[in-house]
Amino acid sequence: MASYSTNELKNGLKVMSDGDPCAIVDVEFVKPGKGQAFTRVKLRNLNTDRVVERTLKSGESLEGADVMELDLQYLYNDGEHWHFMHPETFEQYPADKAVVGDSAQWLKEQDTCTVTLYNGSPIIVEAPNHVTLKVTETDPGLKGDTAQSRTTPATLETGATVKVPLFLDEGEVIKVDTRTGEYVGRVKE
Amino acid sequence: MAAGWRPTADRPALAAAAAVRRRLRDFLEARGYLEVETPQLSAAANPDPAVEPFAVAGDAGPLWLATSPEFPMKRLLAAGSGPIYQLARAFRREEQGRRHNPEFTLLEWYAPGAAPAAFIDEAVALIVAGLGEEPAVTWLTYAEAFRQSCGVDPHRADAGELAEAARAAGLTVTGMEGESDPRPWRHLLQSCVVEPALAERGLVVVTDFPADDAALARLRAPGRAGEPAVAERFEIYLHGLELANGYHELTDPVEQRRRFEADNDRRRAAGQSPLPVDEHLLAALEAGLPDACGMAMGVDRLIMAATGATAIEGVLSFPLNRA
Repeated sequence: MASYSTNELKNGLKVMSDGDPCAIVDVEFVKPGKGQAFTRVKLRNLNTDRVVERTLKSGESLEGADVMELDLQYLYNDGEHWHFMHPETFEQYPADKAVVGDSAQWLKEQDTCTVTLYNGSPIIVEAPNHVTLKVTETDPGLKGDTAQSRTTPATLETGATVKVPLFLDEGEVIKVDTRTGEYVGRVKE
Repeated sequence: MAAGWRPTADRPALAAAAAVRRRLRDFLEARGYLEVETPQLSAAANPDPAVEPFAVAGDAGPLWLATSPEFPMKRLLAAGSGPIYQLARAFRREEQGRRHNPEFTLLEWYAPGAAPAAFIDEAVALIVAGLGEEPAVTWLTYAEAFRQSCGVDPHRADAGELAEAARAAGLTVTGMEGESDPRPWRHLLQSCVVEPALAERGLVVVTDFPADDAALARLRAPGRAGEPAVAERFEIYLHGLELANGYHELTDPVEQRRRFEADNDRRRAAGQSPLPVDEHLLAALEAGLPDACGMAMGVDRLIMAATGATAIEGVLSFPLNRA
């Protein structure tokens, strides 16, 4: 893997730090007018999401990380792994619970997800920003209350729970923003 | 990049920059400084290992773009110019970031016969005039600035103690393993700990630098036995941003040559090419440089402060990546 000298470091670059793949999220060049120059970088560890800061003497380098982001189709869950497929090569990539994390609640078969691979294996699975899912269960006891502002929890086909307006019925399809977990609107089929 | 032809500074920032430059000129003109221009191309260069000049192919051999106008301005002083100033473009390789562009503007001015304290007071008044606001002013010695923010005595601490102070401040540093020279460790602390601690303090004048960071400043013998000699060098910080660097200028040609040679030795040791020293400057010192104080100020940074820009691009028409 290539290595990057301090003057090549920039936001978004994927590098190794302490044995983990990291994304550079901030780069700052510091130098007293008549003194030694340093480059300060903030690195987000792609495995733990923790951000650490490192200071490199000018001319030092960081090893590049074999990391790539692919748009993969979610196929199915076998109880242990979530399986994703490349739409052109048909290569499949299994990801376990630790990798899929909270994204699991939004994954619907056939949907396209952004999957980050490190050394060829998934380390991050991001659900699409918006998903359309069927309501499988909602509280019927509050029926008849038509106030627009009132909401009730609803369970969706993937198991996620979202607050929805009271007028929604079971079986309806809604659009959800997975970044906030919020109901966006009703989808007419 | 389709938008790459566009300037990175907007019209109000360009106007604010013009106003800052006008106020700086007005201030110095009113005090009898003469505006001068000096060459930006020279067959000699400053061999300071911390400053890397751009080499240019000249008709009769290599030339260098000036990293500051200091040497020719001192030759003018030696020739009897009296107080002078210059708004000069300066060029330094490898310096690019939120506070650096490889091509930048320095205001450099010299006052023959001025005492350092009075010269610094005038420099503070100049910055206030250029800025158009009056921040609080604090004077600290280099030792006080270090003691307050990292708890070390920068004149006496060795590399190990400075490295420990960096660790205690939460710095994780790469490339300094086994570094036994305290200077780069001090520069690390200066940039990453001391400067950020000055961010809330308005204008801060830092004086009395360690002797090995004298650059082109005189040394002052210790006031008391057992105290370290210090360099008569001063820096001014504005909201934690290094704005200006000045000296009670070294006038001794023998000591100046010795420092140039030591600089070139350090360049060779670090794998950098040695640079041709400025024999014209040494001859001018030989002829007699009047006792003088001088200062160089980063004008782009002053404009950043005046406009609230957080990155130097915000005050430059075209930074190097669009030049």
